[in-house]
Amino acid sequence: MPAESPGWRPSLARSIVLRHDRVRDADLLLMPERAVLLNVEAGHILRLCDGHRTVAEIVAHLAETFPGAPVAEDVPEFLDRVRGEGWVR
Amino acid sequence: MTEAPWALLAEVTHACPLHCPYCSNPLELVRRRTELTTAEWSRVLAEAADLGVVQAHVSGGEPLLHADLAEIVAAAHAAGIYTQLVTSGLGLEAGRLDELVRAGLDAVQLSVQDSRAEGSDRIAGRPSFAAKERAAGVIRRAGLPFGLNVVLHRHNLDHIAEIIELGVRWGADRIELANTQFYGWALRNRTALLPTREQLESAKDTVVTWRERLGGRPELIWVVPDYYEGVAKPCMGGWGARSITVGPDGAALPCPAAYALPDLSPPNVRDHSLAWIWARSAAFNAYRGTAWMPTPCRECPRREIDFGGCRCQAYALTGDAARTDPACALSPDHRLVRDPATTASRGGPEQNLTYRRPARNG
Repeated sequence: MPAESPGWRPSLARSIVLRHDRVRDADLLLMPERAVLLNVEAGHILRLCDGHRTVAEIVAHLAETFPGAPVAEDVPEFLDRVRGEGWVR
Repeated sequence: MTEAPWALLAEVTHACPLHCPYCSNPLELVRRRTELTTAEWSRVLAEAADLGVVQAHVSGGEPLLHADLAEIVAAAHAAGIYTQLVTSGLGLEAGRLDELVRAGLDAVQLSVQDSRAEGSDRIAGRPSFAAKERAAGVIRRAGLPFGLNVVLHRHNLDHIAEIIELGVRWGADRIELANTQFYGWALRNRTALLPTREQLESAKDTVVTWRERLGGRPELIWVVPDYYEGVAKPCMGGWGARSITVGPDGAALPCPAAYALPDLSPPNVRDHSLAWIWARSAAFNAYRGTAWMPTPCRECPRREIDFGGCRCQAYALTGDAARTDPACALSPDHRLVRDPATTASRGGPEQNLTYRRPARNG
């Protein structure tokens, strides 16, 4: 389901754990053979992928938290990309 | 300052029901009476997390032979570490896996030795294929991320398509096709295990075809065979760069094969903190970075890509761990891998397998 699809409520894939790494002071995605270091923006977006919020709701939430940021374009694009990696579904 | 480590390989016991002739455990297996206690493992895992470790591979031997495995997994989970069980599958009943999942286990890697029972049991040195098939079902039903690991060599490379089909049938999320690394037990069995160049080329093509066909589910990982490539592998992502191995007796090493390096005198978690071991110990600094490198590594544009290759392979083949990995075509010792590979490709002599001896309780 692409990000434009209004019904999509992104959630992390079953094998993925999102956690804050206090040593590196960064968010990480952990999976069986990999650890992915996230930038601050990616961490914010993925923390909202709870399977309840739609993409529009995630965008709205981030637009409120980060006024002026180009979230309307960047967030759906990012979500499509990480879905392609199999990290969100 | 030394960068933080990412991963811990916890070899909780060397005891194992299998006898694979390429076992990655050392030739001198640690006896059970000298194994770390569960309390010691809990401390090590907490220290590892404080140091920056975010992933633990709980392995062995066969980790399921450790009675307190769930407690060890719980300690890793409590420390915030993503924890994967690395198992032969023998003893992985539904109740046992449930207990581990409740303790916080995140993923399982199961080994199988070939695509069919006969070949798999022959390499494992005992009937085990049926138990592995049952274990795969148990992992699937638990819904855990499931990796299937197959060590490849002369006797199973021609079955690569069947091996991939097996992984699909068993429901694996990823299939790790790991060409044998020749040190320790595998080096002892090199003549019997070394494939021909033709076998490898054909298997590689099959993997490419299947990767397209499967579209990433399951994911196929091809671990390159360094005897034929002429380039050294970036072993462990560099010495003391990413990972710590802790053996059953608490010996801490930059790589599981480094037990074999006689002058390394590995520090022990019973004597030192993991932080000291990582940053300060002579063993973890011995081949860290590039300052230790000999010619031709020192001037090589790949020195920060492959880090001079594998120290354990350099030692095993040349007797000097500080030489360039002979797998590299630029190594003055390259004939030490080229000659056996050439012999193997000509059909080579036959050799009986020397099976890993079981760890004796004691």
